[in-house]
Amino acid sequence: MAGEERNLIVKIDNVRKVYNTRNGEMVALNGVNLDIYENEFICVVGPSGCGKSTLLNIIAGLHDATSGAVYCKGKKVTGTGTERGVVFQQYALFPWLTVKKNVMFALEMKGIKGKEAEEQAMKYLEKVDLVKFADHYPKELSGGMKQRVAIARAYAADPEVLLMDEPFGALDAQTRTQLQTELLETWEKDRKTCFFITHDVEEAIILAQKVIIMSARPGRIKSIINIDIPYPRTQETKMTPRFLELKNEIWSQVYQEYLEVRK
Amino acid sequence: MEQKKQSLASRIPPKVWLLISFAVAMLVWYIMSIVPQTSRAFPNVVVTIEGLMRMVERGAFWQDLSSSLISVALGYAIGFIIALPVAILMAWYVPVRNILEPWIQFIRNIPPLAYVPLIVICAGVGRLPQVIVITIACFLIMCVTIYQGVINVDETLIKAARVLGASDKDIFIRIITPATLPFILTAVRLGASVALTTLIAAESTGASAGLGMRIRSLNNTFDAAPMLAYVIIIGIIGITLEKIIKFLERKLTGWQEKREI
Repeated sequence: MAGEERNLIVKIDNVRKVYNTRNGEMVALNGVNLDIYENEFICVVGPSGCGKSTLLNIIAGLHDATSGAVYCKGKKVTGTGTERGVVFQQYALFPWLTVKKNVMFALEMKGIKGKEAEEQAMKYLEKVDLVKFADHYPKELSGGMKQRVAIARAYAADPEVLLMDEPFGALDAQTRTQLQTELLETWEKDRKTCFFITHDVEEAIILAQKVIIMSARPGRIKSIINIDIPYPRTQETKMTPRFLELKNEIWSQVYQEYLEVRK
Repeated sequence: MEQKKQSLASRIPPKVWLLISFAVAMLVWYIMSIVPQTSRAFPNVVVTIEGLMRMVERGAFWQDLSSSLISVALGYAIGFIIALPVAILMAWYVPVRNILEPWIQFIRNIPPLAYVPLIVICAGVGRLPQVIVITIACFLIMCVTIYQGVINVDETLIKAARVLGASDKDIFIRIITPATLPFILTAVRLGASVALTTLIAAESTGASAGLGMRIRSLNNTFDAAPMLAYVIIIGIIGITLEKIIKFLERKLTGWQEKREI
């Protein structure tokens, strides 16, 4: 960090989240602190139920923190905002709109209308190689294509940070690696700040500069591992000794937490 | 052998199947008009059409048809106009839901014919009780269907719109309305069918004209031919309405992943 001026995009300050359930209070997150800088690619891994998605929802402004706060570019987050884009695991495309109109929705919400919105939407669809499907409805697309539309739509809103909630979790293994590669290529080009949640350790290492391991409930940050593998990375990177070393290290830490959950 | 048969069946286009189905029905009708046990209730086609023409000459038919259509249209429209906001209120406000839903389910299971006398006692005879009976029946089915639609709007879609900067107004107009539209159209279709099936009950309120009323009065004289013609006409109105609404559904909600019943 020394000598390099870095722009703080998101600051997570001592966030705690408690749910009231039938069996009393459930602490989902406790004392989470994290800084996300501009152009960073951060992946969060952890056992299911560790609060990764809750954390993402709090950053997005879809949930409130019980105590503590999230700041985006110095401003306290009190609700959703277009500077924080979200890609959901279930794609969340509007089924009554065509692919192009789904992307245009993001632009129209920013006040870009008509022809201008249409042209820009096509530009974003070109990025995800779906120009041919611009006038198709989501039901006519495969899961991988749907998620590419969702990513194009998130990009169209031009957020400061892209929050991705297990975006490839519902896809088959082949499609998943394909989308990882595409996302890597896009990120290597534009370095859009990404906060990416996954339960797949390999996926986290291939994509991220930093992997954050969360502990079992109550979720907190157990450790942060810097991924010192240089970009550009490809699927072959997964065979390199350094990758396997990191995978071992992260996996053993995550595994400990899995055991915690099972207790 | 079995497979050969199947491939033959699948090679016949749907329109031809429709013709075949129609021919089979006409054949069954013809047989029924010959068999002594059923011939009194099912006179043959010619006699049935003559029976209908007799009603037309007497001036009763058009009066019956228009009277029924007016009652159905009014009851159906009023039922829908009430059902839409009530369904939305039930979906959004838990107290409204908790108070209304059990009673809607309760009344929905009572045959309209059973509560017709109560309505006649309150509203007298004439157009008003007919419209009330159809309104109640249509309201109940449409309210339940639309309510199901509104509470089933995928929460993720609302979240997705919100993170893209949509306001409450945007979400209502651009997300909830289109997401609920398939259910509204299903409600419209079910309502149309309920309006017609309630017709007989509605017109047993001492109506002076109407398809349902006429069937009951012809029943007293065992005049089967016009009676059968009237029954068929109610069926034709029903299937026509259904086809129109289904066409609208395809036009407006073809984007759906799966089709509802």
